Amino acid sequence: MADLRSNLAGIKSPNPFWLASAPPTNTGDQIMRAFDAGWGGAVWKTLGEPIVNVSSRYGGMDYAGKRLSGFNNIELITDRPLDINFKEMKEVTRRYPNHAVISSLMVETKEEWKEIIERSMDAGANGLELNFGCPHGMCERGMGSAVGQNPDVIQEITSWAVEYSKVPVIIKLTPNISEIVPPGLAAQAGGAHAVSLINTIKSVIAVDIDNFVPLPNVGGKSSNGGYCGPAVKPIAMRMVGDLARQVDFNIPISGIGGVSNWRDAVEFILMGATNVQVCTAVMHHGFRIVEDMIEGLSNYMDEKGFQTIDQMVGLASRNFVEWGELNLNHKVVAEINPDKCIECQVCYVACWDTAHQCIHIPEDSRVPYVDHDHCVGCNLCSLVCPVPECITMIEVDQGKPEMNWKQYQASKA
Amino acid sequence: MTQDFLQQLPSERSESGITDFKPAYSQKQALAEANRCLYCYDAPCIQACPTDIDIPEFIYRIATENTKGAARTILDSNILGLSCASVCPVESLCVGKCVYNHMDIKPIEIGRLQRYATEFAYDNNIQFYQKGPDTGKKIALIGGGPASLACAAELAIIGHNPVILERHALPGGLNTTGVAPYKLRAENSLREVAYIQEIGVEIKTGINVGDDVSFADLESEYDAIFIGAGLGPDSFLNIPGEDLEGAFGALDVIETLKLKTFPAELYPKAIIVGGGNTALDAVRELGKLGIPEVTMVYRRTEAEMSGYKHELAWARQEGARFQFLTQPIEILGENGKVTGLKCIQMELSEPDHSGRRSPQAVPGSEFVIETNLVAFATGQGKLIDLFKQVDGLELDWGKVIVNDQGQTGNPKYFAGGDCVNGGKEVVNAAAEGKKAAKGIDAYLKGGN
Repeated sequence: MADLRSNLAGIKSPNPFWLASAPPTNTGDQIMRAFDAGWGGAVWKTLGEPIVNVSSRYGGMDYAGKRLSGFNNIELITDRPLDINFKEMKEVTRRYPNHAVISSLMVETKEEWKEIIERSMDAGANGLELNFGCPHGMCERGMGSAVGQNPDVIQEITSWAVEYSKVPVIIKLTPNISEIVPPGLAAQAGGAHAVSLINTIKSVIAVDIDNFVPLPNVGGKSSNGGYCGPAVKPIAMRMVGDLARQVDFNIPISGIGGVSNWRDAVEFILMGATNVQVCTAVMHHGFRIVEDMIEGLSNYMDEKGFQTIDQMVGLASRNFVEWGELNLNHKVVAEINPDKCIECQVCYVACWDTAHQCIHIPEDSRVPYVDHDHCVGCNLCSLVCPVPECITMIEVDQGKPEMNWKQYQASKA
Repeated sequence: MTQDFLQQLPSERSESGITDFKPAYSQKQALAEANRCLYCYDAPCIQACPTDIDIPEFIYRIATENTKGAARTILDSNILGLSCASVCPVESLCVGKCVYNHMDIKPIEIGRLQRYATEFAYDNNIQFYQKGPDTGKKIALIGGGPASLACAAELAIIGHNPVILERHALPGGLNTTGVAPYKLRAENSLREVAYIQEIGVEIKTGINVGDDVSFADLESEYDAIFIGAGLGPDSFLNIPGEDLEGAFGALDVIETLKLKTFPAELYPKAIIVGGGNTALDAVRELGKLGIPEVTMVYRRTEAEMSGYKHELAWARQEGARFQFLTQPIEILGENGKVTGLKCIQMELSEPDHSGRRSPQAVPGSEFVIETNLVAFATGQGKLIDLFKQVDGLELDWGKVIVNDQGQTGNPKYFAGGDCVNGGKEVVNAAAEGKKAAKGIDAYLKGGN
């Protein structure tokens, strides 16, 4: 049996599955039920000066009949008094000493940071997460992503927190920037023990085309929200990978963004995350999904021969390089297995209309074939094919040495 | 004034108590099914449709919630899209060709999706078509069934003036009088008729061409004539006892239960004679009306049956009995009422002209099956006497011969549907009617 125990910058948890700071971690009761279900850690719904929320708050993006492939919200940080939050946090940390309880924080002034960090430590928090990511509402007041978009401010506030805190400090980064590396390095320079990313993406989830109001609808108006859920995973993994491969970035990463099952978690870990945080999938299906996440991850690790999570971290991010380092002489072509083909010709129309016009239909059959001389190996046909392993990409030996873009440019000079 | 035939439909009908075999989809169900469609290119399901409905396109429109566009896509190809959705033997046509069959995954329920889309248009009173600019040409259409309705709709859209002459009180042909009610009820057939009337098709009922109006009269009043008369009445076997109370033609039984009430309680046991789809329909319908013991008697084996395999399987599931290699030789009765069917055992010998092995009686093997009802589904007669009244009409075993324009040996006459194909599906009649409309239009414009 694989050892699923997790250690993020000294914050220990029985497994790498944490609930992200969000509605599922709004109360101590929810967090204790989540722990009972199997979650390894929970980042408390962000604490700060309690706010007033609007109604409604969430929006969903469905695709082809599947609910919530994307999700967004315009809910703000906690709307419950800090006294109650910290009283509950104290109870949770007392009753669940082996789980990770992280206090997510968002305040303005240095004095406020000092006070709320001390209250978090008094409540037994195992770590702090500074919310520099929220892209709606709070940023208009100079907090959340307004901080995360400015590396200098990130570094300064981080250094305050590190100064006041006796527990590890995690900086939660916003994706609403052009490059993730400078904010990550700023957090590190400020003394952060870890970063977590991504927070939600500034978004308009949908528009009510009957009433001409973007969603979610608040009395006939709407506002930009934070986008998350399965659809944001590729964006999140790119940012995690960007930081993980940065040679002068040396603190651990807590991966967030569309993690819905054990497979997503494995991908994040391989891209450089030490653990993962989950929200949308839980908001969709409840805390119970963690049971499959634990079992699926454990089975995967056993199958691959990993004893600990650490052995997996970053195995894929080391193969995540600049485009200019890719081998231009590597070539694959598509191959259609006629025995598996169901003759839907979806590959044909995709290639013919939108790719490289190298799939053809013979006159005496409905089974398409690939013109290997013209196939560029783009993958499109294999991606649209509904039959598993019907279209495979096979490597073609070009008889040429490896050459990347930089070498190619040099050879032309 | 357009006649409202729905108003004329009796409210008390046996068919009303029979539930849909494939119930209508809710929007949720339709979306779930539509989203499964792979949206094939040059799709095999289209190739299997006699009316060339662009099935992946209409399903795609359902999935994007452009249900109106889905209905238009269907009706553009087949104005009888509503009835075909329910009566088509999709298992043998489009659904049978769905590529999911190659993956051992349940094929897309194309018929139910088509029903969902077309009913959406009907329920929301969406009429896509209107009469074209008047050409001044009048066309008589003999018979008010699917072939004539499809032909007339197309003619009206072009701008011609079609007039359907139907011998029954209600139009719609077998869609109204003959289709199994668990697939389509008479009211839906008449809704479809009303939709086609709206386009500018006139329908006159209770008119027997040949008796009430002569072909000569039609030829002088109309610029072209379409024959969509279907087939003749039920064939009987000419065995003793066919005049007893309780002996029927199967289509008569079906028409009665669809348009009136059929006293199923008088017949605790029933036998249907035949091996085709009408026989299977009748077997299933009588079972659904509550007759406890319904037996199909067929002189060949299951392998030679012309009825669809899927219909046979459903009939079996519903508890029908089957007596193969059995030939009725006499209907037995007491006090003028049927009490039994005397049969003889058959065995198969050499193949006959149809390629099927022909049955031969086993001498001395007579036996009696107790029954209160015998219904013959042994085919329909041909309307040879009617067609003989038209000069130049060429027949093949009673079927009207037409060219690829639907035109007969008499250039003023066109034909389609069962009277041409010998008895196929509604969708074949719809395809042939539409094709003939194009032929008629070309003829009227002086093309041929």
